[in-house]
Amino acid sequence: MIKVFVPRDSSALSLGADRTAKAIQQEAQKRGIEIQLIRNGSRGLFWLEPFVEVATENGRVAFAPVQPKDVAGLFDAYFLNPDSSMAKAHPLNLGLTEELEWLKKQQRLTFARIGITDPVSLNDYLAHDGYKGLANALKLSPAEIVKTVTDSGLRGRGGAAFPTGIKWNTVLGAGEKGVQKYIVCNADEGDSGTYSDRMVMEDDPFVLIEGMTIAGIAVGANQGYIYLRSEYPHALHILNEAIAKAEAAGYLGDNICGSNHTFKLEVRRAAGAYVCGEETSLLESLEGKRGLVRFKPPLPAIEGLFGKPTVVNNVISLATIPIILDKGAQFYADYGMGRSRGTLPIQLAGNIKHGGLVELAFGATLRELLYDFGGGSYTGKPIRAVQVGGPLGAFLPESQFDTPLDYEEFSKIWAVLGHGGIVAFDDTVDMAKMARYAFEFCAIESCGKCTPCRIGSTRGVEVIDKIINGTDVEKNTKLVRDLSDTMLNGSLCALGGMTPYPVLSAMNHFAEDFVPKPKSALKKIIDIVSA
Amino acid sequence: MANALPVEISTTIQSLIAQHKNMPGALLPLLHAIQDTIGYIPEDSYLPISKGLALSVAEVHGVVTFYHHFRTHPVGKHILHVCRAESCQAMGSEKLEASIKAKLNIDYHQTTSDGAITLEPIYCLGNCACSPAVMMDDEVYGRMDNQKMAELISEARAS
Repeated sequence: MIKVFVPRDSSALSLGADRTAKAIQQEAQKRGIEIQLIRNGSRGLFWLEPFVEVATENGRVAFAPVQPKDVAGLFDAYFLNPDSSMAKAHPLNLGLTEELEWLKKQQRLTFARIGITDPVSLNDYLAHDGYKGLANALKLSPAEIVKTVTDSGLRGRGGAAFPTGIKWNTVLGAGEKGVQKYIVCNADEGDSGTYSDRMVMEDDPFVLIEGMTIAGIAVGANQGYIYLRSEYPHALHILNEAIAKAEAAGYLGDNICGSNHTFKLEVRRAAGAYVCGEETSLLESLEGKRGLVRFKPPLPAIEGLFGKPTVVNNVISLATIPIILDKGAQFYADYGMGRSRGTLPIQLAGNIKHGGLVELAFGATLRELLYDFGGGSYTGKPIRAVQVGGPLGAFLPESQFDTPLDYEEFSKIWAVLGHGGIVAFDDTVDMAKMARYAFEFCAIESCGKCTPCRIGSTRGVEVIDKIINGTDVEKNTKLVRDLSDTMLNGSLCALGGMTPYPVLSAMNHFAEDFVPKPKSALKKIIDIVSA
Repeated sequence: MANALPVEISTTIQSLIAQHKNMPGALLPLLHAIQDTIGYIPEDSYLPISKGLALSVAEVHGVVTFYHHFRTHPVGKHILHVCRAESCQAMGSEKLEASIKAKLNIDYHQTTSDGAITLEPIYCLGNCACSPAVMMDDEVYGRMDNQKMAELISEARAS
């Protein structure tokens, strides 16, 4: 039977993938053709969703983007037999998916299976190297697993870039023998411009489950929680379905794969507070409290969830563990540059022509991503600014587009890579407004525990408004810089502590937007327009 | 206080409390369950919740009001979330927001006069390659424009 693939990823659904799938099913039925329709994950070429594929002997052939109105025409052109001359000539035929430049240029390690498999099929997962990492981990001692992760050079992909192996080692050595420990997956992906966590959870949930299981075995934790943002309802259902299947097949629960290890896993829903992406605030929330940031120390690795030693890792960090345990630390560490080892799943977003998921070894430049992959802006206007690393990341001007994606290189230009989201803006962007929004967002999301963030964010909005209105610009600019200094150095966590990144970078690189239009110029414009 | 709730709702809440009370960190899962079942978290439920989970009423109130997702009043038949975050701003979400508000004749946190749609802001739906994005109930829609928005709104009103 011919296999037809239509993605079930949220972004594909947001562009009508369900309707396309239904239309294909109905048309096949009408014509008496038997097909096997598989709802796979997305390949991540989101400008081409719904991205339909037909399996052939030589690999899958892509037809995209396919709307319901295109379906009858595709059947008329015998698209189920992509080698036929009519199917080859069809304008939506993109040829073999694997041969698409956009995918070929990538180094997909964490995303190796994504878009290829049916996310909730355990058999599919196993047929594509799934659970090989766990099989190897079960042959190693906990200390050996931790060493493998340390040697791979993997650093926290949530944004803080702390070495994962070192964190695990702390938890491994924490507490007395037999003490309760936890693995917590931070799936509260709230940064604008990021969706790689969502893709992993929706499109390859077993890889996250496997990564967490290995983490549990490595540090001696028998309980895991995935703290999932409430904005991702599809991910919730898919994760729960995958967890149930993993339990039924003996990959979760007691005696995992016949070993004496126990690991149980539960998804907990967040409730729409951005600050709960901060690890201590997340732990408070998991305990059923307000998401107030905790003082550190003690580190969560020593006193975390319910006061017990806890590993808190981001989705991508945990989802990268299986391939490291499968192929070895050196295999992973061979990718990358400097102290940034391995690959980073980069998310192209905002005003970009070809938005989507690009997994590359560290070291590619922003310009390559924006133009070679992204194809420039969606609107066709020049890209004037990009924000890398979410709402707390710096805005970068064109002169910095040659910076390689590397934690240390970004830190040299007072910017962050964060979770790898890149949001592009064309030349219609008003950077004073973006700076104002950064303060506004901080004010909305502040947990309220520390003064610089709670009060500073609101005062920041007010002062920026004064600058925009042309009131005492010099005095108020000084005030914003002073306020930013207080927030940078005096906030308890990254929310208040990093809000100055977008604010000050906007002021430093795009000062012209903060200059009020002189009255004379305004009068001139009015004269011209009204004439 | 609990007496102010209709018997049906009160019974539902009691049974949800019983289901959740032995869970570690039960409060958030319980609040989600209540909101999923009856549409919101009545303030009159704070007392029974606090008794069931051995918390103070103030603690329950504090948690409910901390999180944007939880609401203490009934909402419209559908909830429309409009993304206000940077990626959507880069693709003109401000104009989209304004036209949605004008079309529905309401502001954020309000419900249309026919009770069909409640409008809420949201900060990122994770659909940033297809901005601007909105979410109607549990479904995300990308590359929104005024025409697609009008269709989505009339579909919601008709259902």
